[in-house]
Amino acid sequence: MTTLALVLAAVLAVACVVLVARPFLRDIRGAEDLREPTGPERERTRLAEERDRALAALKELEFDHRTGKISDADYHAEVGELRSAAAEALRALDEQQGRRPGPVRSSRTRV
Amino acid sequence: MPLLGRAALILAFGLVVYAAVAGSYGAWRRRRLVVESARNALCGAFGVALVASLVLLAALARHDFRFTYVADHTSRELPLRYTLSAFWGGQEGSLLLWFLVLTGAASGAIALNRRLTTDVLPWTAPILGGLASFFAFLLVAVSSPFATQPAPVDGAGLNPSLQNPYMLAHPPMLYLGYVGLSIPFAFAMAALASSRNDERWLVATRRWTLAAWTFLGVAILLGAKWAYEEVGWGGWYAWDPVENAALMPWLVATAYLHSVMIQEKKNMLRVWNAVLVALAFGLSLFGTFLTRSGVINSIHSFTQSPLGSWFLGFIAVVAAGSTALILVRLPVLRSRTRLESLVSREAAFLYNNLFLVAFALTVLWGVVYPLVSEAVRGVAVTVGAPYYDFFGIAFGLPLVILMGIGPVVAWRRASLRSVGRTLLLPGGVAVVAGAALVLAGAGSSPVGLVGYTFAAFVLAAIVVEFIRGTRARRALGEPSWPRALASLVSRNRRRYGGYIVHAAIVLLLVGAIGIGAFSTTREVRLQRGETVTVDGYTLAYVGSTAERVANAKELRAHLQVTRNGDDLGTIAAGKNRYPAEGESSNEVGIRTDLLRAEDLFVIADRFDRGGSVFIKVIVNPLVNLIWLAGIVFLFGSVVAMWPDAREQARLARRFGEPEALAPA
Repeated sequence: MTTLALVLAAVLAVACVVLVARPFLRDIRGAEDLREPTGPERERTRLAEERDRALAALKELEFDHRTGKISDADYHAEVGELRSAAAEALRALDEQQGRRPGPVRSSRTRV
Repeated sequence: MPLLGRAALILAFGLVVYAAVAGSYGAWRRRRLVVESARNALCGAFGVALVASLVLLAALARHDFRFTYVADHTSRELPLRYTLSAFWGGQEGSLLLWFLVLTGAASGAIALNRRLTTDVLPWTAPILGGLASFFAFLLVAVSSPFATQPAPVDGAGLNPSLQNPYMLAHPPMLYLGYVGLSIPFAFAMAALASSRNDERWLVATRRWTLAAWTFLGVAILLGAKWAYEEVGWGGWYAWDPVENAALMPWLVATAYLHSVMIQEKKNMLRVWNAVLVALAFGLSLFGTFLTRSGVINSIHSFTQSPLGSWFLGFIAVVAAGSTALILVRLPVLRSRTRLESLVSREAAFLYNNLFLVAFALTVLWGVVYPLVSEAVRGVAVTVGAPYYDFFGIAFGLPLVILMGIGPVVAWRRASLRSVGRTLLLPGGVAVVAGAALVLAGAGSSPVGLVGYTFAAFVLAAIVVEFIRGTRARRALGEPSWPRALASLVSRNRRRYGGYIVHAAIVLLLVGAIGIGAFSTTREVRLQRGETVTVDGYTLAYVGSTAERVANAKELRAHLQVTRNGDDLGTIAAGKNRYPAEGESSNEVGIRTDLLRAEDLFVIADRFDRGGSVFIKVIVNPLVNLIWLAGIVFLFGSVVAMWPDAREQARLARRFGEPEALAPA
């Protein structure tokens, strides 16, 4: 039983060593180091998050209006501001990516 | 095979230390191959921990008493299910379970977010490796489940309190909850260490946090059910330190699950969320320390061990490390967005956070005060139920109210007039419910009356939310009401899953008030043929029996139960004597009326030689709503966790734009 346990333990150890060493067994000449994201890449991520937040806020406003949580007056007071914010976020992202800014669609039908 | 178990643990220790050290080097110097190797080491540690666990399970199943652990926690007569559950019945096995779950969760989280944890958050594997190293060290050097001895003829058996079906599920669930919180912690700290201020870590750990929180919540309720049936004092939650140990991280994780939505939607509370993630994980470690160290008297603490100082040291390291990291990264974390209005959904979440965290810290103070008092003043004190009840009501009732108000308030800002209008219906329902309860005689407990009125308010608010939402979906072209409801939920699973969870909390509140404020108790000595009447139930003592079962001698008093002349059958309550363990346990009799959700609960305290029996009869109204709440809670959590293809596509677009790294 002890011999069997020793053999199994040895097999386990070898398997672990192979698993840990596996990345190094590949062609290491082709392995690049991890690349730190550049400033523009970080900015792009930030703008994409801003865009999603702005669109989500617009969607929430539409839904809150439809479910009666905010009055027509409050809705009209806020929707313009949120649409501007969403348009600004989209424009900033497009400019950052070197694309021509497109028109902002209302999210009214996509609640 | 103890040798294989020991070898597996030593290997596992080596692997997780490698994951921590080499992984840190790789992340620091940004060496891709080293980071990948560390990640593999962590996955390997899970495989090796699995082998060690199988060795222990095999030893338990085979009654291999050469293993000291097996001899100390099982006996030959112990039924197989409890023999196997002895895996987590003792300290060494519990530590192995912790380690197994931790390496399993770490491997799963890393495998599902392979690219994220390599390129964006390379510090994830070393942090998880560091956490696992502590448990591996304890298993190898301090408290090994593979210690051996000359095999005795029979083992000492398992603590009778642990020989209960709920104990088969409660500890694994609890550890899945405790350990699960290590995943958001590790990802959050890795994001801080990598100085990443985007939300990838948050998105990647969303479901892990929800799953850990769900496991913890279900574990708390399973533990409560165990205490209700096994400890047998007629209650379900006694503010015991070990019960509180699980409640504290659950409360903080609840706060986090709410505040993280504000970060996602408004990019606010980033520092606060990092603190909550660290606090929830720190409290889960503290909970393990309380359960395992034996420093605090508890009905749930089954061990006295030397682990206390190790755990305290580790908790101090984790707290100091995470605090330092948060402080160093404060400039990255600070948000320029401000709260727009004190009347808004995000403000409601903020109030909810303050109450939840204040409640958790109050409970923490109640748990540690006896230790502080003894260490500083040399005076032993206990913090009893009145302390917790007071703060439970002080923080709990506003939280219940917020559960009703929060969902009906709009994001960003809402006018008081709009809020008033949307609250009109739930408020009206609450007033009618309160008046009806007073007429029904529930005014005997003011706290109960207020609690039930608030519960009616929240339930009405939830129903109104579903109705309004479904109507809005129907107006947008859904062909039928069921389709509109399904579409409503599927388009925002987290929100509507959350509302179902709110309904579960209301059910729990109603059940807890029922048993806490409206139960009836009577203690009496009965001779054979005598009867006692409690709250409409009449119990006639028909005699007692003694019987030998698998590993115990059962002594039972049998009582015939009738209500309004209807025969409800017999109920048996008594004691079990366990010869191998040399201990006894109370075995209560429970008759459940599902329609009323109430229990007739009988404890047979003492059997006299003359044939009489001392019994305690309790009628617990609505107590079964507590257990029903567990099922509803689980359902709501699953709805909230269910994958959403639309959201996945949106996230892939968001994170795919710059670096094609969408979190899983």
